[in-house]
Amino acid sequence: MSSPRLGIQGAINIPGNTSFPGSTSSMESNFQKTPNLTERNYLGFSDCSSVDSSSNVSTISEVNKNSLNLKATELRLGLPGSQSPERDQQNTLTSSEQLDEKPLFPLLPSQKIVVSGHKRVFTDTMDSCSETNGVISSQEPSTIKASVPINKVNSNPPVSKAQLVGWPPVRSSRKNILASSKNNEEVDGKPGPGALFVKVSMDGAPYLRKVDLRGYSTYQQLSSALEKMFSCFTIGQCGSQGGPGRGSLSESKLRDLLHGSEYVVTYEDKDGDWMLMGDVPWDMFIGSCKRLKIMKGSDAIGLAPRASEKSNNRN
Amino acid sequence: MKLLQQSMDPNQKRAKAVDRVDSVDTGVASFDSTRMCPFPDEVLERVLSLIDSHKDRSSVSLVCKDWYNAERWSRRHVFIGNCYSVSPEIVAARFPRIRSVTLKGKPRFSDFNLVPEYWGADVHPWLSVFATAYPFLEELRLKRMAVSDESLEFLATNFQGFKALSLLSCDGFSTDGLKAIATHCKNLTELDIHENGMDDLGGHWLNCFPESLTTLQVLNFASLNSEVSFESLEKLISRNKSLRVLKVNRNISLDQLQKLLLQAPQLSELGTGTFMQELISCPITDLKTTFSNCKNLVTISGLWDATSLYLPVIYPACVNLTFLNLSYATLRSGELSNLLQHCKSLRRLWLLDTVGDKGLEAVGAHCPLLEELRVFPADPFDQEVFLGVTESGFVSVSEGCPKLRYVLYFCRQMTNAAVATIARNCPDFTHFRLCIMNPGQPDYLTKQPMDEAFGSIVKTCPNLQRLAVSGQLTDRTFEYIGKYSKKLETLSVAFAGSSDLGMEYVLGGCPKLRKLEIRDCPFGNGALLSGLTKYESMRSLWMSACNVTMNGCKVLAKERPRLNVEVMKDEGGDGSEAHKVYVYRTVAGPRRDAPPFVLTL
Repeated sequence: MSSPRLGIQGAINIPGNTSFPGSTSSMESNFQKTPNLTERNYLGFSDCSSVDSSSNVSTISEVNKNSLNLKATELRLGLPGSQSPERDQQNTLTSSEQLDEKPLFPLLPSQKIVVSGHKRVFTDTMDSCSETNGVISSQEPSTIKASVPINKVNSNPPVSKAQLVGWPPVRSSRKNILASSKNNEEVDGKPGPGALFVKVSMDGAPYLRKVDLRGYSTYQQLSSALEKMFSCFTIGQCGSQGGPGRGSLSESKLRDLLHGSEYVVTYEDKDGDWMLMGDVPWDMFIGSCKRLKIMKGSDAIGLAPRASEKSNNRN
Repeated sequence: MKLLQQSMDPNQKRAKAVDRVDSVDTGVASFDSTRMCPFPDEVLERVLSLIDSHKDRSSVSLVCKDWYNAERWSRRHVFIGNCYSVSPEIVAARFPRIRSVTLKGKPRFSDFNLVPEYWGADVHPWLSVFATAYPFLEELRLKRMAVSDESLEFLATNFQGFKALSLLSCDGFSTDGLKAIATHCKNLTELDIHENGMDDLGGHWLNCFPESLTTLQVLNFASLNSEVSFESLEKLISRNKSLRVLKVNRNISLDQLQKLLLQAPQLSELGTGTFMQELISCPITDLKTTFSNCKNLVTISGLWDATSLYLPVIYPACVNLTFLNLSYATLRSGELSNLLQHCKSLRRLWLLDTVGDKGLEAVGAHCPLLEELRVFPADPFDQEVFLGVTESGFVSVSEGCPKLRYVLYFCRQMTNAAVATIARNCPDFTHFRLCIMNPGQPDYLTKQPMDEAFGSIVKTCPNLQRLAVSGQLTDRTFEYIGKYSKKLETLSVAFAGSSDLGMEYVLGGCPKLRKLEIRDCPFGNGALLSGLTKYESMRSLWMSACNVTMNGCKVLAKERPRLNVEVMKDEGGDGSEAHKVYVYRTVAGPRRDAPPFVLTL
């Protein structure tokens, strides 16, 4: 099957990556196949409730009950769209095979020290991660609709890995390198030469994504990446409107959907204004773009009629 | 000869070795005045004083009583790999003329917060003994020790000729302690402060170096965050012409670096400050010229925030570089590729995974002499959407760099086939540390466990000394390790194995095993006790979050009184589980300074 980074390949244009089967159909089947999320700690011990009784935990168990309805926005740990190892429903740890199918980590909000009777201790690693989270959160006012509890969890960068004490085995001096270099860029007031991640939201999608604008050099590349990233939601829309079946959706149709009257890509510039993507030279664009938004054509009043022209001019 | 093998490591059982030599009549040992040894003492001591390796010295000390004595009198440097394996009194009694001490304390997993605070490894008891036994102590190198400001002050004021202090991964002190060192050590040659859990109260410690200090050779304060006075630093550099290693912290700008390098063109190792500056006062060509004037430069590190804007200034120096540490620079593949084209002599390279597989292709293409590669994750906790490096990058490096010996590689996906290819390309591996960051993740293409990957490494690389495994692993991996890795000394295991058999395979094989550290594996008492006969030939065993119980540990402790079996109590739980177990051989008996949560059985 494909790599765990399936959903990401289209988004991040990291040169040199071998081609990944980033087709939308396989991404859908991932979502379909995945069993319901059960809360468990990383060793698969069944009883996690003794660890914490914060409201978020009870929220998660509600999510479990509702997860049947939320396949497309399935709660994923680690990366959105990433594929987890096959998960077994049982919580027993007797057989060795169970242990090998390491379940992913329970979702708990970042906390200070929590020591439990189980083999799981949250210590100072959480602090450094909380710092990082704090850094990132301060730049991200939450705009996600709160209707589904999953959003609350995914609106913060996935903290699941950080909850495993001492894993990955990286010294604390190495934990915040990306965050600290990103900080430097923001502070300077202009994009630094490193990565330039901006949030991408799409109307109707329950969670946002992030793209690295420096991974692309043209609008076309960015558009393709966005298409791939958000195609699952697009398809969902299309299907509900009685469009063609999932399997037969082609890239060109997606493009049409995104560049046609259905959607336009807009961005918020330094002044806080919402601009249509594609007007200015690429370098100027990434210099001023703070976040992206994929709007429905019907919402982009005054912009929509030009959207189809723009898509022709974009190349 | 098993006797000799067991006592080969000098930091273990030195006192016992004495007993053994006496009791074994090899025909060479002599107790009376008839000497078998043809050399007078002075000559023997003179000859032996030329031997530096502590392993060789250990062998020498076992030949006969004369050699044992000659060796102990001629030894100047003692290396103690586990501070609790021996007591300072025993060391002082055996070696009367030590000038240099290397001391390591906590188990390695303390670097990743697995060892609670106040666990121990306090350096002070050692310093107290050394103050009387070795008043002329010159060098102290500490790793993972607890060091307080009081201890540093004690060190600075009780050892008149003290010259060199190196603190790596230590904790418990602050910049106040550094002030004491800077103030009192009149003959300081080395101050190397690296990645410690310390309190940085400001950069004033640098001002404490007296005007009279001119002997400095090594100054490393790269991991300190506070700004130091640039004026003081510049003056310090300018009057210490023997300086060969200078590693500054991130606060030093490019402009300031330029000035420092003008004062110290003789440097052989440089750690820069930040490599990004909005407005630089000197032209870039000046910086480039300055770097080209540093003819002795073989190591460059630091390079925070470096980009293609200023990286080219180091190109003139790159031709002679043997070690380039880019692990704090978030470079992309293009920037790295441009840089590496100038680095043909590189032997060691540390990177961030921001360079991606494409960057690693550049490594394989431009650095044929590469022996060591470390790729660190820029984003270990998946905060951003970032793939990092994959198996293909590793394969590219292995194809271009057949001399690779040491690899530390963090990635999010790997395949058995790729590792097999890598092993074929680089059979000289001595250190292979692969970290697939998602615990228990299988081969992402075949969905098989990663057993065959590590199997191919141990089968193909006969010189393997250190191995760290990851990914989904069954007992088969350990079967391979136990069977094939004859020279393995250090093994790190996490989230792996299927049953006790795994650990039993390793303990039953691996004749040279010294350090075994295990976390989150299904190994229980059976596995623990299968190593009963082996632990005394090892430095230490660490097991955390496994299936070991107190009863199992008690059995081990009872059967092997010369081991310290320490269990760290977990809060909560029913007390029958042994959550964290640390077992090590010792001649010093149970620790006297164990905190309440450490139980020595």
